[in-house]
Formats: sequence, structure tokens, C-alpha cells
Amino acid sequence: MANAKPKGVLVDLTRCIGCRGCQIACKQWNLRGVKHTVMYGNFTNPPQLNSECYTNINYVEQDQPARPVWSFVKNQCMHCKNPACASACPVGALVKTQEGPVVYEFDRCIGCRYCMIACPFQIPKYEWDKTLPSIQKCTFCSERVANGLIPACVKVCPTQTMYFDDHDKVIAEAERRLKSSPGKYINHIYGKEEAGGTSWVYLSSQPFEDIGFNTKVPKAELPDLTWASLSKIPYAVVGGAVVLSAIAYFRNRGSRAEGTGGSDSEKEG
Amino acid sequence: METKKTGSFLSGGTIVLLVLMAIGAYAAIYRFAFGLGASTDLQDNFPWGLWVGFDVLSGVALAAGGFTVTAAVYIFNMKKYKPIARPAVLTAFIGYLMVIVGLIVDIGKPLSFWHPLVMWNHHSIMFEVVWCITLYTTVLALEFSSAFLEKWGWTGALKVMKGLTFPLVIAGIILSYLHQSSLGAFFLIVPAKLNPIWYSPIIPQLFYLSAIALGLAMVTFESVVSARAFGREQEKEIVSGLGKGTSIALLVYLAVRVADLIVRGAMPMVFQGGAASTAFLIEIVVGVVLPMILLSMKSTRESVNGTLLSVSLVIAGIVMNRFNVTFFAQTSSGASYFPTWKEFAITIGLVSLAIFLYRLAAMYLPVFHPAGAKTGR
Repeated sequence: MANAKPKGVLVDLTRCIGCRGCQIACKQWNLRGVKHTVMYGNFTNPPQLNSECYTNINYVEQDQPARPVWSFVKNQCMHCKNPACASACPVGALVKTQEGPVVYEFDRCIGCRYCMIACPFQIPKYEWDKTLPSIQKCTFCSERVANGLIPACVKVCPTQTMYFDDHDKVIAEAERRLKSSPGKYINHIYGKEEAGGTSWVYLSSQPFEDIGFNTKVPKAELPDLTWASLSKIPYAVVGGAVVLSAIAYFRNRGSRAEGTGGSDSEKEG
Repeated sequence: METKKTGSFLSGGTIVLLVLMAIGAYAAIYRFAFGLGASTDLQDNFPWGLWVGFDVLSGVALAAGGFTVTAAVYIFNMKKYKPIARPAVLTAFIGYLMVIVGLIVDIGKPLSFWHPLVMWNHHSIMFEVVWCITLYTTVLALEFSSAFLEKWGWTGALKVMKGLTFPLVIAGIILSYLHQSSLGAFFLIVPAKLNPIWYSPIIPQLFYLSAIALGLAMVTFESVVSARAFGREQEKEIVSGLGKGTSIALLVYLAVRVADLIVRGAMPMVFQGGAASTAFLIEIVVGVVLPMILLSMKSTRESVNGTLLSVSLVIAGIVMNRFNVTFFAQTSSGASYFPTWKEFAITIGLVSLAIFLYRLAAMYLPVFHPAGAKTGR
């Protein structure tokens, strides 16, 4: 409230040691349970985000000439500036707040799951096991942020992998790091332009497409794509009514008189 | 097997329908009691399945005969088709009722189905679709109400409805354009997910054009099959004309579809093999090109069976299109999905219910041969 400037987080993947403290802190703050998982030949656990898991660390091992390289990739909602999920939601159950978090309101939701389809990052998850299910996803610890605190995962991280601040300062910091340590990073801030820009952005030493990022996400704001269709509706309605009335008038001119009489022209069969 | 018009209602076919409806009802009760996870194969990576693909996306398109035929009869004054206007409106009305039931079964919070009517997000395609479906179902109910009014002999009310014919028809055509195309517009927001064979900036228009072809095919199918079932004489001239119309609609759709693929440079993907390109080729060759050619031939159109076969291909092909779009919008994550028997049971139950209601209406209401008072306008 005091500072309504939109917030953001820079995730510097070169700093992450894969301790998963953020996963635990997130569960504690957001009162998330656990789901049973099994060994499947990868350290990522749970293997994907789910309705009980808002954030996880993806363990990516790459065979490279000298030695294997590990990347630890934190997943969570990117909190797009203009979120596809929020525009898709028919009832406004998902909303982008002023402070930056994209938040969800169960009481409005009807469970159509269009947000899950629309999200380019596959973030919203569903409580399939419940009879009155919620959409679940990272909240950017919106209550904490609204009260001047930092998100739980950011707070607990022992290596300062995440830098939380006003969004413009976060971007400036990412650019500063790119400039001051040439060669250390891939020259790209993931999330600066993806999906029209996201509140959470990433720096990496490995090409983003190699460590599980979807690099096909368009730079455009996705809601514009559907708005292009929706915004034409008034013209379609007015134009359609005029054109159809005109056609009906001219095509029916001859038969007008006989039609009003009551039973008429219809025969055949 | 079906007896004459006034034959017993409880024929063998009806009993089969009732059994299928009962199985569907059981599955629906199970779904409401235990949730989507227990009754479907839907997952986080595959949130839209059979019910969205068939009950909603295909269901709405299958009911497109309502607006195409009323447009032909009332707007373009093609009097020849007047006898099928009411059956087409009936099919559409029942179809939309099934779509609404299907939606309520599918959404996670069925009791909140009315929320979009009071909680507005006018940036949402889903919001627009819910409104259009609600309004159009109301239009169809009003259009079909004259069948009840005729049966009850409420001539005063019938006169009022007759006066409303044109506004209702025009509203129906506009609402249909809006939501038939918006079912395609659902997918505009997933450029990075939906396979480029189907992702197109004009996917709304493609959905609309294919809905017209499918609507005409459905009306043709229904005319032939219901004439057989109720022992009426085949309305050959109408069926042949509808077949021709279907063929033209398919040609327009195909031309736009191919031009779109070429302009977007997606043509190479069509022939590169693999699941998506195979699915596309089946959809287009079997469901569009083949029936288009068949129906363009006079000999096919003059044969009731030839027409029936051709329009069945159209129905299969365009329903497959809706499935392909739904499916290939979700496979980019590597997810796989196959409906459970309960999902099938509910869908089959809904189709059975639709046929059952159609039969009920056809037997007890003036649907095919409106009584002396006759249909609207």
C-alpha cells in the first residue's frame, strides 16, 4: 500500500545450489500439503508443479565436453504484466494486482480451466481430487508483499538467488549483471519480453531452451490476440443486423403481403 | 423397425436410448459425487478432454443447422426449405440444451455455472461464449415455442411470436456468428501451444465456416434419418438441395483453409508425417474433400443413401477438427489423454438424451407438418 509500485523478482540461476529451501518455505507459508512421489531417475521432486506445489527446482544435467553441468531452475508463476490467464477467465477470478502478483479468487471461479489452457508457462494447476476444486498456483506471496514483506521463497534462499524489488529496479539490476560480468551469462533476460513481460525474470549461464524454458513464448501480450476478436463484436452485431435486415427486406418483398395472412405458401414435403 | 407416426413410444430403439441415458446418468452422479479426478483422465497438462472437445465444441457446431436454415428460409426467402425450418430449430434447441448440460458436467464447480452472467470479464472469450450460448438458447426456445403454442391452440400468443420471427432469426444468426467463431477464438491465446497446422489468426472464421457446412450436413442427415424413422416420405428435393448447399459450404471452407495454410507457410507441415499431419489429412480428405466431391455430383444427391453417407463424412470430419484442435493444443507439453468410460458414458448419454428428446418432440408436437396454423411467418 505504502509503495504500490509493481514488484518483481530476478532469479539468477548461476547462484542457485539446488537446496530446495524455497520449496519448503513456500509450502509452509502457503499451507500446502504434499503428494506422494516415486523415484524416476531425476532429482526434480515433485517432477512437476501441482496443486500442492507452487514452486519446485528443476534439476537439469547437461553432458558437456569437459564435465557434466548442472542447472537448478526454479519454477513458479511468472506473474505476467498482462496475464493470459486473467484475460481468459470468464468471471475475473484471476486478477493482476497493482503490486505485481496475479491472484486467484475461489468464490468467483467456475472451474472452466481456460486459464490452464491459456497460460503459456503451464502454471495454473487444478485440484482434480476434490469435488469443489480450486485453481492453485504461486501467489507471489501477495499478502506478504502487500504488507511490505518479501516472498517466502526469496526470504529463505541462502544464496540470494532471488532479488526482490520494484520491477524496474529488478530489470535494471539484471542488465547491470549482464554488463558487469560479460561471458558469465547468456545475453538474455528471460521474462523481460516474453509474453509481453513478466514480473519474474531470469538470468542463466546456459541457453534457456536447453534448461527447460519455453523459448517459443511470443513477445506479444497474449490477451491482445483474443481482444482483437472480442473488440470487433460491436461492429459484427450492428453490421450484421443492418445487412441481414436489408437482405431480408429485399428478398422477402414479393411475399410480404401473402405472408401476413396466416397459413400460406408452404407445401411440398 | 419404428412404427408409423402414432406408433407406440416405447420402441426397441427408445429402450436402448433409455439404457444409455441411465448409464450416462450414473456416470454423471459419480462425477458430481467424487469429482473430475475420479471420473476422468483429465490432468494438469491436459485440462480439456472429451467433454470440451465433443459436448461443447462439437455440440455447438452440430447445432449450427438452426441458424443456417432459418437464414436460408427467412432472410434469403428460400421457401423450399420452410418445411425443415422447425425441425432444424428443434435440433439446434436440443443441441444447445445438451451443450449446457455438458458444460455444467465439465466445469469444476457446477453450481457456479451462472457466475459469468453476473461476474463479468469482457476480455474473456469464455465470458462471451457463455453469454452467447445463453442468449441463443433463449432465442431458440422462443423460436420453437410456436410448436407448443400451436399444439395448445394459443392463437394470440402465436401471433405475437410470428411478429417476432424476423428479429429472432436475425438475433440468432448474429449470436451464432459470434460464438461459433469464438469457439475457435478460444485458441487464439495459445500461439505457442497449438500445432501450427491448426493455429491461425483466422481460426475463428474457420470455425464459423466449418460450422455452416456441418450445420447443413446435420440438417440433411436428420431429414433423411427422421423420415425413415417416422415412416415419412423422403423430401428428395430438399435433401438434394441441402446436399448441394453442404458441398458449396465445404468448398468455401476448404478454399479458405488451404489459402490460410499457404499464406502462413504451414503447408510443409501438412505433409511432414507424424500424428498431427496424419490427423489433419484424415480430417480434410475424408471429412471435407471427399464429401465435397461426392455431393457436387448429381448422382450422389439423387440417391438418399449416397447423400446420407456423404453428410456422415462431413459430420465425422468436422467433429474430428474440433477434437484435433483441442488435442493438439495440449500435446506440446508431452501430455497424453484418453477418456475414461465414464467420460464416454456421459457423452453418449447426452447424445441419447438428445435423440430421445427429439423423438418425443417429433411424436407429440407439430414439428414436421405444422398444423393448420403453420409455423412462424
